[in-house]
Amino acid sequence: MFDSTFDAVVPLLCVILAALAAMGAEAFRARGERMPIGGLGIVGLAGAGVSSVLLWNRNAASFGVILADNFGLFVTLVLVVVGVLTIMFSSQVVRRDALPAGEYYALVLFAIAGMIMMATANDLLVIFLALEILSVAVYVLTGIRRDDQRATEAAFKYFLLGAFSSAFFLYGIAFTYGVAGSTRLDRVGAYLAAQSMSDSPLILMALALLLVGFAFKISAVPFHMWTPDAYEGAPAIVTGFMSTGVKAAAFAAFARVFLSAFEPFSADWAPIVWIIAALTMILGTVVGVAQSNLKRMLAYSSIAHGGYLLVGLVAANEVGKAAILFYLLAYAVTNLAAFGVIALLGSRDRGNDELRDYAGLWHTRPALAALMTVCLLSLGGLPPTVGFIGKWYIFSAAVSAGYYGLAIIGVLTSVVSVFFYLRVVVMMYMAEREVAAAMPPRVTGVSMAALAFAIFVIVYLGVMPTQVLDLASASIATIF
Amino acid sequence: MIPLSDYLIVSAILFAIGTAGVFLRRNLITILLSVEIMLNAVNLTFVAFGRYLGSVDGQIIVFFVMTVAAAEAAVGLAIVIALFRHRESLNPEAFTALKW
Repeated sequence: MFDSTFDAVVPLLCVILAALAAMGAEAFRARGERMPIGGLGIVGLAGAGVSSVLLWNRNAASFGVILADNFGLFVTLVLVVVGVLTIMFSSQVVRRDALPAGEYYALVLFAIAGMIMMATANDLLVIFLALEILSVAVYVLTGIRRDDQRATEAAFKYFLLGAFSSAFFLYGIAFTYGVAGSTRLDRVGAYLAAQSMSDSPLILMALALLLVGFAFKISAVPFHMWTPDAYEGAPAIVTGFMSTGVKAAAFAAFARVFLSAFEPFSADWAPIVWIIAALTMILGTVVGVAQSNLKRMLAYSSIAHGGYLLVGLVAANEVGKAAILFYLLAYAVTNLAAFGVIALLGSRDRGNDELRDYAGLWHTRPALAALMTVCLLSLGGLPPTVGFIGKWYIFSAAVSAGYYGLAIIGVLTSVVSVFFYLRVVVMMYMAEREVAAAMPPRVTGVSMAALAFAIFVIVYLGVMPTQVLDLASASIATIF
Repeated sequence: MIPLSDYLIVSAILFAIGTAGVFLRRNLITILLSVEIMLNAVNLTFVAFGRYLGSVDGQIIVFFVMTVAAAEAAVGLAIVIALFRHRESLNPEAFTALKW
């Protein structure tokens, strides 16, 4: 059927059309005229969300390379939530920092389009293209404040290591193509399953290079060097966006490539990922303790969270795969909300992102302090938040798959990480406000609504996770 | 007839040169060019495999890679210009606002 070949790309097209419309609106905008470009983006994302729900269980495929199976659609929905929250937080930031609205929203939407493409791609080349679409947009977003030297430096470091790692990833694709004769994941998988007895050096090369490429993108140790700098230098809301959206998309592709096509070689890659996961959890947590800048601290915390997700990937049993999806949602909402609070507290000249800027926040902005507390508790994995449920499922997956060592490291690092999350909470409630500190700016209704929604999700899923967990288990059944 | 392995060795050497350039060179533009060398090494691998396998996929993939490389170079150079305006230098060691 001719029609049906386009079904799977409908969510993608909704976002791309919204991005193009945002670019057009900016081009035809009179100087000083205000346009609801952010609203336009939300409409496009809503279209993507609705079409993903309609595509659910239909396993639509377009052109053989975009596969809207439930796994991809689940991640698409997570990305839609990330996009909507980012745009809602951004409305205030864009006005405050006088950012070019049309360009900013167009870049956010193109990045989300790339992420959705990456999550639903069934071909290594398409994964590469999607990766570049999202990366190029996020490089520019990182440095969108050209007047800020730190942001520009962060953009360059992110760009350089991003392009560098893309080359490794592409080299891995080239070897896979050379060995399997195709870049389609189903064909590669079929070929590798037939070859699983003989470890040809070319297959191992391909495996290693793809692993390095993905490890860079999800900022796993020892390929994490760019993360703290890029996350600290970028505007807070962009950091929130890239620490959640890029990670979710990269993990979706990582899981799809390694758990479907390269599954026959799991005996080769699982021990390596085991070591990477352990190092990532330990380094992210230990170095995070020593940070005095909140953005940098959350950067290390997001490295550690990447480690927890890798534990689910190593475990790779039914629980583990569902836990990855659930954890992606949990982490995305929580981390984005935390960075949202940081973004809302900043001013144009000062990020207000040092730990001491949060001293006594409870006395000046009690609502924000309370919301931030919930986010930090969820990141630390304390009940009754979604972070606790996510971690619990990840570690129980590791235990049931026999990876006791990883589960123990994970629990220990979680306990240590609670220390630095709670340090911020203590600062906010117990410490005296510095006399010289500026009054934090007012928060608009839209941003507050986004925060309230995020907190609702965090607590609701923390208390009643069953429905979403069932959904996650149902979505992994389709591909693995 | 040149065997496939020769092409693969040449492209591996090119890739290594590019990688070394990213780490060793002390000029932002040269570092960008080193990344381009890495991508072109990969292109050579694709073309060689495509010819060896007798399929045109490898050649077609190269067009995609070239397009991506051009887009990346455009953004990268724009960021380098923005950086240069702050520091009047192309030496990466001059940029120390963030801990490296």
